[in-house]
Amino acid sequence: MPLVEHFARPPSWLLWILLYFFFAGLGGGAFVLGTLLRLWGARADQRLARTAFLVALPCVLLCPVFLTVDLGQPLRFWHMLAFFAAASPMSVGAFALLLFGVFAFVAFLDALHDTGRLDPFKPFAELLAGPLGAVFYVVGAIFGLFIAGYTGVLLSVSNQPVWSDSWALGGLFLVSGMSGAAALLVLLGVRGRTTTETVERLELADGWFALIELILLIVFLTTVAVAGSLGQAFGRGWVLLWALAILSLLFPILASPTAGRVTTGTSAAMLARVARENAIATAGIVLLGVLALRIAVLFSAQL
Amino acid sequence: MALQISPGEKYGFFTDTSVCIGCKACEVACKEWNGLQGNQPAFLADSFDNTGQLDAENWRHVKFIEQVPDASTAVGNGQAWLMMSDVCKHCQHASCMQVCPTGAIIRTEFDTVFIQQDVCNGCRNCISACPYSVIGFSSQTGTAHKCTLCYDRLQSSMMPACAKACPTQSIQFGKLSDLQAAADARLTAVKASAPKAQLYGRGGDVYGGLNAFFLLMDKPETYGLPNAANAVLPDRNNFGGYLGALVTGVLAVLAGLIAIRRRREPEPHPIHETSVVAEAEPVGPTATGPAHNGGDGRRRRGSRRPRTRS
Repeated sequence: MPLVEHFARPPSWLLWILLYFFFAGLGGGAFVLGTLLRLWGARADQRLARTAFLVALPCVLLCPVFLTVDLGQPLRFWHMLAFFAAASPMSVGAFALLLFGVFAFVAFLDALHDTGRLDPFKPFAELLAGPLGAVFYVVGAIFGLFIAGYTGVLLSVSNQPVWSDSWALGGLFLVSGMSGAAALLVLLGVRGRTTTETVERLELADGWFALIELILLIVFLTTVAVAGSLGQAFGRGWVLLWALAILSLLFPILASPTAGRVTTGTSAAMLARVARENAIATAGIVLLGVLALRIAVLFSAQL
Repeated sequence: MALQISPGEKYGFFTDTSVCIGCKACEVACKEWNGLQGNQPAFLADSFDNTGQLDAENWRHVKFIEQVPDASTAVGNGQAWLMMSDVCKHCQHASCMQVCPTGAIIRTEFDTVFIQQDVCNGCRNCISACPYSVIGFSSQTGTAHKCTLCYDRLQSSMMPACAKACPTQSIQFGKLSDLQAAADARLTAVKASAPKAQLYGRGGDVYGGLNAFFLLMDKPETYGLPNAANAVLPDRNNFGGYLGALVTGVLAVLAGLIAIRRRREPEPHPIHETSVVAEAEPVGPTATGPAHNGGDGRRRRGSRRPRTRS
């Protein structure tokens, strides 16, 4: 197979787009995890489900801000919503972001109501507590998955080296967003009053996400290598960020939640504290890895 | 005879690089007509090139490609020193149009590709897609720019400025069918003395055909142009990208379900599970939620929050 030749100019998508990709992953992932906890979790998991929805909206609200600031003509952001091009992930994503914003907003109000702070929302909350609510949250989660993953597809649908040399970026960003969201919820859960078991389950989920991400990362780098762009991806010291991204995945994969297994005795408290500190450290490293992955992907192709 | 340019007909450029002398009259005429200021002059140490590239301020760019052999040869066959006036190709299958999220990039009534400046919002997606590195971003206007094929001149039945200024007719403008016939004849004429000569973008093998096509004296890669195998559209990755994301999404949700799913207790209970955190660091009755909300802090239907004011 001949090596792919690229003559395209980089679009200078740098800091603002990096932040957009980061928060889109966290926001979409948080909504998905919140939905899983809400619909398939135990009662004890509902506190963290609410936290997920309370976190998802601010993340999603930041996204259009970063996108707009990055535009050459910020006041023309709405032009993306006056035209639809199915072949352009940026066009599809603009509408998906708008729709997901609606889901995230309603879920945010529902979560706020659950904490007893928004009584006027009660009729809607009662509606959302039934089967209609389940459908609402599942559809919202599908949009959340899309928001977390389409940013990778957007990069692939170009003629840039590294980005367009692989089909794996969409899935990579999606599962990386899920992993980052799980880490964020672990951080918030550990620091809050959430039971250890809920946090443990999220840690376990993060381990799975990290495993899928690691496989996709290997696939991505292999496809880039086959296309002959690995030198660009690893050049200028970017290899360190790739290494950080890969290393950060090993922690949740190898981490073994233990706190819940010891429930009595004087060592229980100490073990719980160690588990808690491990959870915090692992989550922090995962979030760093999520950011490192996006920096490496975005910047190595452009700088 | 006055030039007649009719909407609905296909127009374009045929750039015959075999007669380009690198005078850059095309660059000057383009800037003059379109009011382009140009970039700050820079010494690029690249042959006679001090323009550098096509961008928001340079819609024509004369490339100089030196292939002068160390040993003297009898005949260079037109390949020793290549000059080529590069420009937007106005592709039939335009990558920039494909990804533009605002509809700012359109095909005009002259079959050329045009960026509407009042619609473009400066997202730069077209820049990431253009395989010829033609489109540039202007920080002055906050929008993307490229050759318009002198759209305003065409509307007045005037030849584009670069073609008008070219002293050797290296840049020819006209109806696409006429240009293609002229190109075929020219190729036949030069092929005997320049065996590597070839038409680039004349047929549909490169982006469905280019409205601005070229007679090259060497292979396309020598000029920094993608060959037919590498002339690929950005949307080739749509299917694989979305499919990969879909499969990953399904796997991730399944993984999440495996980790998170557990049976929900039929009745709420204040202390429904063993909590090491609660055991290790008691935080009072609110650790598992007040009784009125089912022990998890979540309000149940029918339960009322204690009011603090009457």
